[in-house]
Amino acid sequence: MRPVSYSRAFDVGTAVGAVSADPESTFLAGGTTQIDLLRIYVEQPRRLIDINDLPLNRVEELPDGGLRLGGLARMSDVAEAPELVRRYPMVAESLLLGASPQLRNMATIAGNLLQRVRCGYFRDTEAACNKRVPGSGCSALDGINRGHAVLGTSDNCIATHPSDLAVALVALDAVVQTEGPGGARSIPIDDFFLLPGQTPEREHPLAHGELVTGIDLPPAPVAATSRYIKIRDRESYEFALASVAVAIAVDGGRITEVRLALGGVATKPWRARAAERELDGAPATTESFTRAAAAELAPAVSHGMNAFKIELARRTIVRALEQMTQREVAA
Amino acid sequence: MVSFVMRGCESVKSYEALRTAPNPDHAVVRGPGEVEVRLQVNGESRTTNIEPRVSLLDALRDRLDLTGTKKGCNQGACGACTVWVDGRRVLACLTLAITCENREVTTIEGLSDGDTLHPMQQAFLDCDAFQCGYCTPGQILSAVALLTEGHAGDDTEIREWMSGNICRCAAYPHIRAAIRRVRDGGGGGDAAS
Ligand SMILES: Cc1cc2nc3c(=O)[nH]c(=O)nc-3n(C[C@H](O)[C@H](O)[C@H](O)COP(=O)(O)OP(=O)(O)OC[C@H]3O[C@@H](n4cnc5c(N)ncnc54)[C@H](O)[C@@H]3O)c2cc1C
Ligand code: SF4
Repeated sequence: MRPVSYSRAFDVGTAVGAVSADPESTFLAGGTTQIDLLRIYVEQPRRLIDINDLPLNRVEELPDGGLRLGGLARMSDVAEAPELVRRYPMVAESLLLGASPQLRNMATIAGNLLQRVRCGYFRDTEAACNKRVPGSGCSALDGINRGHAVLGTSDNCIATHPSDLAVALVALDAVVQTEGPGGARSIPIDDFFLLPGQTPEREHPLAHGELVTGIDLPPAPVAATSRYIKIRDRESYEFALASVAVAIAVDGGRITEVRLALGGVATKPWRARAAERELDGAPATTESFTRAAAAELAPAVSHGMNAFKIELARRTIVRALEQMTQREVAA
Repeated sequence: MVSFVMRGCESVKSYEALRTAPNPDHAVVRGPGEVEVRLQVNGESRTTNIEPRVSLLDALRDRLDLTGTKKGCNQGACGACTVWVDGRRVLACLTLAITCENREVTTIEGLSDGDTLHPMQQAFLDCDAFQCGYCTPGQILSAVALLTEGHAGDDTEIREWMSGNICRCAAYPHIRAAIRRVRDGGGGGDAAS
C-alpha cells in the first residue's frame, strides 16, 4: 500500500470540501472495498477522508411514507431495522445474504453501492483491464470469465456488478441523495449505475467529492410481499452467480403488480423490465414465469465459461416467482 | 519520497487535538509519515507511532505485541483477524488502526479473566474445536459475538452467522458444538454432530 495521509470529517461540508478540493483524496467509509484495493495498488489515493463520524447512520421515516437509509448506516444495522424488515423485506434479505457478519458490521450502505467489481483482472495490476486502465483491453473477454455478466456487457468490459443490496434497490426505484461541491441532488437509482459501453471506468455519475448522504425508498405497498433469492457456489459468504429481487401482488390468480431485478448476471444491478411487461396482468402460473424469464434473457450474450448463467438466471427468476406466488396462495 | 501539499490544514498529533481543532472548516491532515495514535485495547490505553496506512491487524501484532489476532488472507475473506471494535466483531485487516482512536478494541488476549478462560475458550478446548488453531482466536471472538447478537438459535443459524470465519482444517462440527455448549449453559452436549 502506498503511504496515505488521513483526516476525519465531522460534518458533511468538511468532507465534501476536503475531497473535492484534491483529486488525490477519497472518502473512507467502512473500508472493506477501499483498504482492500489500496493494498493491492488498484486504487492509489494519497489522502483518505474518514467519514465514519458523519451523522448519516440512521434509518428514518420520510414524510411521503417511505424510508431513508443513511449513507453511513452499516449493513448489519439496516438489515435489522424493524420498519425495513416489515415494509421492504427483500432489502433486508439482500443485506443479510451479502458478505459476512463482520463485514456487514463495517460496511456502509453508500459504500455497498460504490464497491468495485470482483473481476480477477481488475484486481491484478499486471493484467489488461479497461476499467482500471482505460484503453488497455479486457482480459476477461476470452479469459477466466465464469463469474462475469451476460446482460449489459460491451466489448470493453463484462464485469458483473457485485452488490446484492443494489439489486433490491433498483427493483424499488430507490433514489440516491447526494451532497457535492455543487450542492445537493437526487439521482434515481437506475441512473446511478452506468453501463460499461465505451467507458467502463465510469461506473456512476458522481462528481469527485460528491458524497452519498442517503438512499430513499419510496413507499411501495407491494414490497411488503417481496424476497431476495441468491444462488452461489457455496451457501454463504459468497457473491451471487445469479440473484433475483422480486415484489409481487396477485389478485384472483392474476399478477396485478410486480417488481423484478437481477443480480450476479449483469454489469449493473438489472431491473428486469422485459419480464415485468410479460408478467403484468398475466396469470400467476409457471408458464407466465417461464415466458417472462425467457424475454428478459433474450438479449443475453455469454463469453464461454459464463454461458451457464443464462439458463441459471432464467431458472432463478422462475423459482423466485413460484416461491412468492405459492406463498401468496398459502397465506 | 512523496511530497505532499496540505491545503489550509495544520498537522496535529492526536485525536483529542483534532476534535478541538481551532478551525473546524478544515479537516486536519495527519501523515503520511508516522503519527502518534492512541488506542484503547483490552481496557488499556496504548500509544504507538505508526503511519496512517497501517492496519489495525498490523498495529496489534507488530507494534503492540498482541499476536493472538492472526493474519490469514489480509483481504477480508477468511475471518482469522476478527476482533471487536466497540463490542462489534469486525475484520482487523481491513480496518486502519488510526480509525480506531476513541473506540474500544478487544482482542483474544482481552477475553479471559486473568488466568480464568472465557467460557467459550474453555468450550473450544473441551469440544476439541480446532486442529491447527490458526483460525481459532477469530472463531472464538466471532462465536462470543454470535451469542451476544442472538444468532445461535439452531445449527443452521450458527452455520450462517459463523460463515465469516473459515477453518481450513474443517473443524466446523466441533466449533458448533462448543457454541451450543456455551449457549446452553456450559455442561454436556455431544462434541461432534
Ligand atoms: C470477502 C468479501 C465478501 C463480500 N461479499 C459481498 C456480497 O456477497 N454481497 C455484497 O453486496 N457485497 C459483498 N462485499 C462487498 C462489501 O459489501 C463492500 O465492500 C462494502 O459494502 C463497501 O462498503 P464500505 O463502507 O466498506 O465502503 P468503502 O470501502 O469505505 O468505500 C467503497 C468506495 O465507496 C466510496 N464511498 C464510501 N462511502 C461513500 C459515500 N457516502 N459517498 C461517496 N463515496 C463513498 C469510497 O471512497 C470507496 O471508493 C464483500 C466484500 C468482501 C471483502
Ligand atoms: S471485465 Fe471489465 S473489469 Fe474485468 S478485465 Fe475486462 S474491463 Fe477489466
